[in-house]
Amino acid sequence: MGASQTRSDNRYQDLMDKTGFSLEQIKNLHKRFLHLSGNEETISRENLESISALSNNPLRKQIIDAFFDKRNQRDDKAGFFHEIGFEQFLMVMSHFRPPNLKTTAEEKEAMRKEKLRFLFNMHDTDNDGIITLTEYRKVVEELLSKSGAIGLEAAKAIADAAMLEVASTNVPHMAPEDFYEGITFEHFEQILKGLEMESRMHIRFLDVDTTTMRCGKATM
Amino acid sequence: MAVFLRRSSSRAAVTIGVLLLTTSFFIPGASSDNRDAARGGSNGTRGGPGQVLQVEKEQRNSSVHQETHTNSSADHKKPFPVLSFNYDHVRTPFEISLWILLALLMKLGFHIIPRVSHVVPESCLLIVVGLLVGGIIKAIGEKAPVLGYELFFFYLLPPIILDAGYFLPTRHFMDNIGTILVFAVVGTLWNAFFVGGMMYGVCQIEGAQLATVDLLSCLLFGSIVSAVDPVAVLAVFEEIHINELLHILVFGESLLNDAVTVVLYHLFEEFSHAGTVTVVDAFLGVVCFFVVSLGGILFGAIYGLLGAFTSRFTSHTRVIEPLFVFLYSYMAYLSAEVFHLSGIMSLIACGVVMRPYVEANISHKSYTTIKYFLKMWSSVSETLIFIFLGVSTVAGPHAWNWTFVVFTVLVCLVSRVLGVIGLTFLINKFRIVKLTKKDQFIVAYGGLRGAIAFSLGFLVTDSQMKNMFLTAIITVIFFTVFVQGMTIRPLVELLAVKKKKESKRSINEEIHTQFLDHLLTGIEDICGHYGHHHWKDKMNRFNKTYVKRWLIAGERSTEPQLISFYNKLEMKQAIMQVESGSSAKLPTPESSVSMQNVQPKEPVRQRAIPSISKSREQEIRKMLRANLQKTRQRLRSYSRHDLLIEPFEDHVSEARLRKQRAEMGRRVSVHSSHLVFTEHQAESGNSPCRTEHQVFTYDTECPNIQTSRPPDTVRLLTESHQRTNQSAELQELSAKETDIEDQQKVSRCFSDPGPKSDQDRDGSSTS
Repeated sequence: MGASQTRSDNRYQDLMDKTGFSLEQIKNLHKRFLHLSGNEETISRENLESISALSNNPLRKQIIDAFFDKRNQRDDKAGFFHEIGFEQFLMVMSHFRPPNLKTTAEEKEAMRKEKLRFLFNMHDTDNDGIITLTEYRKVVEELLSKSGAIGLEAAKAIADAAMLEVASTNVPHMAPEDFYEGITFEHFEQILKGLEMESRMHIRFLDVDTTTMRCGKATM
Repeated sequence: MAVFLRRSSSRAAVTIGVLLLTTSFFIPGASSDNRDAARGGSNGTRGGPGQVLQVEKEQRNSSVHQETHTNSSADHKKPFPVLSFNYDHVRTPFEISLWILLALLMKLGFHIIPRVSHVVPESCLLIVVGLLVGGIIKAIGEKAPVLGYELFFFYLLPPIILDAGYFLPTRHFMDNIGTILVFAVVGTLWNAFFVGGMMYGVCQIEGAQLATVDLLSCLLFGSIVSAVDPVAVLAVFEEIHINELLHILVFGESLLNDAVTVVLYHLFEEFSHAGTVTVVDAFLGVVCFFVVSLGGILFGAIYGLLGAFTSRFTSHTRVIEPLFVFLYSYMAYLSAEVFHLSGIMSLIACGVVMRPYVEANISHKSYTTIKYFLKMWSSVSETLIFIFLGVSTVAGPHAWNWTFVVFTVLVCLVSRVLGVIGLTFLINKFRIVKLTKKDQFIVAYGGLRGAIAFSLGFLVTDSQMKNMFLTAIITVIFFTVFVQGMTIRPLVELLAVKKKKESKRSINEEIHTQFLDHLLTGIEDICGHYGHHHWKDKMNRFNKTYVKRWLIAGERSTEPQLISFYNKLEMKQAIMQVESGSSAKLPTPESSVSMQNVQPKEPVRQRAIPSISKSREQEIRKMLRANLQKTRQRLRSYSRHDLLIEPFEDHVSEARLRKQRAEMGRRVSVHSSHLVFTEHQAESGNSPCRTEHQVFTYDTECPNIQTSRPPDTVRLLTESHQRTNQSAELQELSAKETDIEDQQKVSRCFSDPGPKSDQDRDGSSTS
């Protein structure tokens, strides 16, 4: 018992350093992982698709894809996994950590970049580094897909207007002949500057025993 | 600069002159009131005491000597009065109007003298004016109007609260509702008990002559003086533009603590009459709190739903739409007051519940009316409240007790600071985005007291202590409004507190806000716990499936939020365009990017688009681009892209287009702008046909138009798109001239990019 405990603790320590979660949070997430995977070591797409609560979500497919996207593992690979292990699961989840009081301004900036990168990867499905008009249109269509039969034209209009806005804020003077290829990551950051992603894109991760959370730990 | 100062000082002199003039009206009014009241009889004519006595004598005589009376009146027949003076029967409305006029002139005056209004917040200036006016009235020896309970709570306060509630940023409010509730409930309780307790301790000090003040009275005093006042907070915070989080925290607290104040006040008042407190009473007090707050919210919600439901049917009587909003809200407030529930919470709940549905139903003009009326009324109310506060300060009987007053101010400050620090410590354990020390400081410093405390103080029945309490309350109010109100702005600058971001909401931000909502809900579902987003999502879905269907008229009920947002933005922009165009301004273009740059240039596949040759297309493009470059206009973020199907359509369509334009002019409403593409719309052919025809009329009349009327051209992307064949796209640029005539606002030519395949085919077949 002692040996396995230290081994899993070491493993968790490793994960804690990599992802920044606390021990309780990792344990809770591991429990959830095992529940989702049916006590297997890996999760496949079918496991995630079987979550009933997700069925109403218009972004279901994109969210599930994001988990299997290699780009979100922070190691500069591209492509898709077929199955993910707990570590990959945690890496994706770590994008949704909130900042805390001790986070410095640079760390907040880095956090924001990371979260925006995650969003960017979700939009840029063909991984060419830019969000083209077609891809953006698809985003808006998906967003409106569960909201009733408004039709493709509305989505297109909105996506076109949005793209135009990105272009006009980032490259204000284009000759009529120039063509704006698509939204690069820098433009994406620029256009969403006002939303302060680090304070918005987060969820609450449960720490089961908040009272036992010690200050000195490497938390968040 | 000197000239300006002279001019502004002369204007100031004018306003002061008017002020004196208006106050001089109060003298005869007040004096006649006094004398009439003394005599107990009022006849229609204003006159000196002698005439009144005479008339009374006559009346007494007439009951005894009827004939002699008639004889005497016949003997003393007066000539027909051509011009008579009868002030009394217009006195009340006259004086009310004068007071309001005074308030507004003061407001006007302050903005003309710019230097002062930068340093001193408006509320301080208004109190000073009130002091002056009160001083003048007192010097003349008349009775000044007093900021009593009825006047304040029934007439002056509701507009301000309704304005605040109707335009409450619901998203921020709901995101921080936990924090706000903790500050409002626990914070106010802490303040009340701490101040009450400490003041009782102070009263026990020997030599302060305060031994008569018992614990319950102190607690009563504590409950009155501890509540943060929404009027004062609004007045001061509006001018400093801090970030939304802090604004909503302080403001939300000031709104929600009303329930606590009401309960505590009634509780302590009952107890101070009864004399003893039992545990049962305390328990009932807690129950009362829940009843008061939840009951208030329930009343508000019911009236809000009624209002929303009523607005569903007002499409034929647009003129009275704003009135429904106002009246339902006021009824909610009054109904809550009937049961001694929290009127403020009722009003807020009514506004918040009603707003999304009402706004979907009413016309744009009604929306503007509501907005402006609310702002107007709340502005007037606020001004009057501060002026009356000043007047009442001078007028009211005071009992100054150094110890009591000084300690009150100190204890209030200390309790606020301690309360905020302690509560933030607790709250930060549960918040994700924690409150920093700077935030805490602003929250503590922004705890201003105001007129609510004053009016409540007026209700205290024991007259001996009442004066002392009132004096102390006034001192606290003055201290917070003057000292804290004036220094908060430099402190905000000094501490570099984040300010409100000024930029308007862009469509990208809106898309991503929605995207984030769904994304975070999804991630929460994967994590398996029901968090904040999950419940929000559930509420939204419930709202959409059940509530909206009942409360929103017509097709708007199924319109998703993103589309309504988009429509609203387009509308605003269109109106701005029309306004800027009609004032003959052609601002330089901010950005020369148009849809042409953004749309992928796919080669026109000839197979997909029959019958228009490539050379013809090039010609058209060149022509249109040339026109466009001549009349470039500032392109804001959104393109008014519209459908250009085929340049060469027959004049049948043109005639139909003109008829539609005339028809459009009669319908100014948001409804026609939404992007629901039905076949019906295809027939009535909203904007689609319009543009390309206008291209050609513009073309031919080009030189004339440019000189005679300022063209308000909007660059458009037009695209035609065959439904059956989605890959082909023909892009055309067209300049669209909007009609300068008032009826035909650009607002109707909105993004209707939906192509009609039948029109496509028509067009293509003709050429």
